[in-house]
Amino acid sequence: MNQSFTRTLGMRTILVLVFAFLYIPIAVLVALSFNEGGLPTAWSGFSLKWYASLAGNAAILSAALNTLIVALVSTAIATLLGTLLAIGVEMRRQYGKGLEALIFAPMIIPDIVLAIALLSFFSMLNLTMGLHTIILAHVVFNLAFVCSVVRARLKSFDWSIVEASADLGASAITTFRRVTLPVILPAVIAGALLAFTLSVDEFIIAFFTAGAGRASTTLPMQIYAMIRFGITPEINALATIVMAVSITALTLSQRLNRGIIGQ
Amino acid sequence: MTRISRSSLLMAPALVWLTALMVVPCALVLALAFFRRGIYGGIDYTFTLENFGLVFDPLYAGIFLKSARIAGTATLIAVVIGYAAAYAIAAAPRRWQPVFLFFAVLPFWSNYLIRTYAWIVLLNREGLITQLLRWFGYTGEPPSMLYTEGAVIAGLVYNYLPFVILACYAPLSRLNPELAEASRDLGASAATTFRRVILPLTVPGIAAGAVFVFVLSIGNFVTPALLGGGRFQMIGNLVYDQFLTANDWPFGAALAMALIAIMLLVLMAQALAADRAAGRAAEVKADG
Repeated sequence: MNQSFTRTLGMRTILVLVFAFLYIPIAVLVALSFNEGGLPTAWSGFSLKWYASLAGNAAILSAALNTLIVALVSTAIATLLGTLLAIGVEMRRQYGKGLEALIFAPMIIPDIVLAIALLSFFSMLNLTMGLHTIILAHVVFNLAFVCSVVRARLKSFDWSIVEASADLGASAITTFRRVTLPVILPAVIAGALLAFTLSVDEFIIAFFTAGAGRASTTLPMQIYAMIRFGITPEINALATIVMAVSITALTLSQRLNRGIIGQ
Repeated sequence: MTRISRSSLLMAPALVWLTALMVVPCALVLALAFFRRGIYGGIDYTFTLENFGLVFDPLYAGIFLKSARIAGTATLIAVVIGYAAAYAIAAAPRRWQPVFLFFAVLPFWSNYLIRTYAWIVLLNREGLITQLLRWFGYTGEPPSMLYTEGAVIAGLVYNYLPFVILACYAPLSRLNPELAEASRDLGASAATTFRRVILPLTVPGIAAGAVFVFVLSIGNFVTPALLGGGRFQMIGNLVYDQFLTANDWPFGAALAMALIAIMLLVLMAQALAADRAAGRAAEVKADG
């Protein structure tokens, strides 16, 4: 057998196996969510009844609403702060390692550490915890991610056009609106979509900063509680919806800003 | 306004936010680790080092070692599979590469809890794997796969594999194909070319991927809690317990600090490996 043929065959086998490993678990979950009987033991026909039963579950609906509030508000704040931060950092010709570390830290700090740190901090301040404290916490990592996406875009930005605009008499605001913003806008939107997805999916920090009581339960907290209780067909349906939402947001983000995932 | 003061003004809101809600709380936790636990929970503000001593107690040190072993195994497996996948993607026709890469990373962006839950569905006693075994004629007891260390490792590998693929693909795709050709023309076998040329040049990607998997695995809380069963403990679960069940915040804080220390050590090792790899890459270029 010819060597390059074996090589191609080998490469294809690897790809097939890896993609099977990545997608079979998810595919099983999605398939089961449409299974009439709801059990993995047997396929008893296509049905949407688990989706219908979700729509009637008040706890899940209220958790979904909470998640939406947290994700929208924290994304809005993080997008503003993260974008300004990115512009501020990139317009400097040099900056210290300390600044770089501070911006990088929220992306690598273990969730559990930030979670307990914020819990200790909020309880020391005697702050009543709820959705607002989850939002405060989510902005921390969201702004870091927005910042890194926008910075990547600004790396190739020619700052002399900003100076040119100022020389021609444009105010700082006009320059931003007419020169800088159009260049970075795709990255800003991509960053916002990324932040939104991260916030929708975030569990541990929300769990620690939500405070007592069920009023501020978010969707991941609800899912965690349901999973610990056991496998139910409802979780399969819920999981399918949540995955569809994140994957749509991320695909959009990727299209807007080629490269945040790919490079 | 000067460029620097304008820049500072733009950065200020975000930096204030990060300082108030990350730096200060983390410093607080560090400080907390030096106090005693109050009699009724709470904190007794007398200085002590005993929380750090307790971290080295055989019981807890054992959990650290177990966490490191599990994270290390998951890292090794993820790097081997991830590197092979990245290699295969980089060898695919140019126009297909972004597509493969996108689909390799896509699962990474879906909910972590759900990806972990998918493994409960696969591994539980009446799950898909048991069904498959029965279908092939197996009649014995269903195998116990869920709530084992193996299940935890599988969950970690599954969750973090996409990142390894991404990290390894970057240097592999930038690799100059002429280097491998030159090596082969000079008589090196494919294995030698891989070991002496390709592998050294892609070490930074491997290191980045490995560090990511290790760091996220060793501090993981969700995967051991869901796939390891109720009593399965890694460092993350221990920290969780101190804060939410045992109510010993100072000890929980000391554990968290130990976790951060391990993480920083690993990151430093990575920086070192990256530096050495950069040196080696320069050598290869100079030789070529």
